[in-house]
Amino acid sequence: MAERLRADLVLEYPFTRTTGPVIGAFLTGLREGIILGIRRPDGTVLCPPTEYDPESSVPLTDLVEVGPGGELMSWTWVDPPRAQSPWDQPHGLGLILLDGADTPMVHGLLVESPEGLSVGMRVTARWRPEREGHIADLEGFVPEGADQ
Amino acid sequence: MSADPSIPPAALSGEVSLPEQLADVEPVRSVRTPIRLEYDFIPGSASSGYLNAFADRKILGQRSPVDGAVFVPPRGVDPRHGAATPDYVELPDTGHVGGFCVTRLPIPGRDDLEIPYVSAWIHLDGADIGFLGLVAGIDTSEVRMGMRVRAVWKPDDELGRTAENILYWEPTGEPDIPVTAAGTNAWHAKQAAAGEQG
Amino acid sequence: MRDIAVVSVAQHQEKALTHTTEVELMVPIINEARGAVGLTQDDIGFTCSGSSDFLAGQAFSFVHTLDAVGAVPPISESHVEMDGAWALYEAWVKLQIGGVDTALVYSYGKSSPGSLRDVLSTQLDPYYLGPLWPDAFSLAALQARIMLESGAVSEQRLAEIAVRSLNGATNNPLAVRSSAEATAESVLAEVPLADPLRPSDCAASADGGVAVVLAAGDRARELCERPAWIRGIDHRIDPHQPGVRDLTRAPSAQMAAARAGASADRLDAAELAAPFTTQEHILEIELGLRNGTAINANGGALAGHTMMAAGLMRIADAARQIHDERADRVLGHAASGLYLQQNLVCVMEGE
Repeated sequence: MAERLRADLVLEYPFTRTTGPVIGAFLTGLREGIILGIRRPDGTVLCPPTEYDPESSVPLTDLVEVGPGGELMSWTWVDPPRAQSPWDQPHGLGLILLDGADTPMVHGLLVESPEGLSVGMRVTARWRPEREGHIADLEGFVPEGADQ
Repeated sequence: MSADPSIPPAALSGEVSLPEQLADVEPVRSVRTPIRLEYDFIPGSASSGYLNAFADRKILGQRSPVDGAVFVPPRGVDPRHGAATPDYVELPDTGHVGGFCVTRLPIPGRDDLEIPYVSAWIHLDGADIGFLGLVAGIDTSEVRMGMRVRAVWKPDDELGRTAENILYWEPTGEPDIPVTAAGTNAWHAKQAAAGEQG
Repeated sequence: MRDIAVVSVAQHQEKALTHTTEVELMVPIINEARGAVGLTQDDIGFTCSGSSDFLAGQAFSFVHTLDAVGAVPPISESHVEMDGAWALYEAWVKLQIGGVDTALVYSYGKSSPGSLRDVLSTQLDPYYLGPLWPDAFSLAALQARIMLESGAVSEQRLAEIAVRSLNGATNNPLAVRSSAEATAESVLAEVPLADPLRPSDCAASADGGVAVVLAAGDRARELCERPAWIRGIDHRIDPHQPGVRDLTRAPSAQMAAARAGASADRLDAAELAAPFTTQEHILEIELGLRNGTAINANGGALAGHTMMAAGLMRIADAARQIHDERADRVLGHAASGLYLQQNLVCVMEGE
């Protein structure tokens, strides 16, 4: 009676979510290769865009292009990569403040090692060749000039 | 803010302004976000004791320290009182049908199951709650509350720590027990009888 | 407002419960909390619990755990998918409304069967963050670097917070990580887990459960020699998207503390449910904790963090110090979500 038993249990949720017009527009932009933010009443731009102003909760509707370049505000190094993430190699994870945006977004940083990362460095978007309207259409961000 | 709740907020009405590049493209309306989570499931102490014995063709219940009621399969607790139930009781593989259902829909992944099939609460002799099993070896129209049944086990060399050990329950041919003393009525009948004796 | 007090607490925590179901875990804890004040479930007016199905991998798993309570005949009951501190808040509101004088509150978390850092990714917004599967340590590391780069905290200070927990936990049998020898130097020498966070910056994950009995007015005085009277309790929330927040701050913690009256008088002890040293530092500032307040004297959540119960455990730890006459005025804190998104503050006093 002492033997300890165990069993594999796997839960899968094959969700498809509706986006609504704001998130839908952002993901449409990614599919088309541009990044969108959304303008608040005070003129500042949120990226990624939210449907409502986080302070006043007024609906936001004015989507504007930002990036693809920006500044790295913070980073960490992910090794090994997480099983379900879009990345299969060790990579950075960063908060990226895109040009034209006033808030940073979380995304991957595609460099060989953490030595290649520093706060304040310029980075730019790298796109996947096949895109479907998903946050991972952006493969991640690379140091500016790396893809030229 | 609109005072009229029938008017959706702007963000729901779809009236957003877009840069020119996106004016004429098909908008994204949905996104796939699958989730997969893996667990190392632990049945715990009471269920482990039950499953280990079950692999040896034994059915274990646990006895309530409060009033002696026997629960099978055991969960380590008398759920009526929140009292721990450390004592195991070995139960026979005979009992009666406490309640049943004839099902004519297939179960995904159980192609081996012929339709219609009968699932039933089996009340083991000496237990005070039912547990779930299939009833077979009899025409579905003949199954009834109070019908006496016995377990049909897999061959010994195929037994494991799994609920699949009992293939199904078949009629013993003994006389039925009265419906008034079958299934969930059994406990009340037993309490009433004990009361008369006491 | 009615006077409502914590009159009894019980808890258990260990690194991993490998042979125990949630029900088997909670039976002795709930019985200990009720039994210590001579109550059975028949004497409890309202029961409320907190847990998360994502830890168990089973929908509505809390209904099974009610077996540990004893719900026959039917009881007045509720559940939140939150840390048990929010279940305590709901029970407090129920007692304020009246009609009942006692409440049982419990919560539990057994995260060892899954990968907690990945399970926590499922709490993130499912469009922008969730599909990237950033794990809990990496996200905390992004905050840590912003705090360090902006001068909001120093590595030395974070190491001192880690040492406070490691040293304090040596006297706590429920802690799963402790060290009498740890120093700031030894912590700073650790290899980062998620750069710049070191292992001792991240709470040690644990399995466990906690139960608390609340009582109102004279009923509390009958049941307990020195009830821990709840003088203020409040919870507040900040926005979810990390980009729209100042990650060096937790305004919701500050507001909850203000509304709970935390700084109205001297606090003898504060028990904080921060899962990272960086967040413990933010809380010290936002809650206005000053010299003379013992913070996480027994190691706190860093020394053993039971998901869904860490906050109620902190309230229980704080209340016990009132019961034992070790303190006169204490604060218990609970947090939920990314970067201390949601905070609850409970201020308790002895008479």
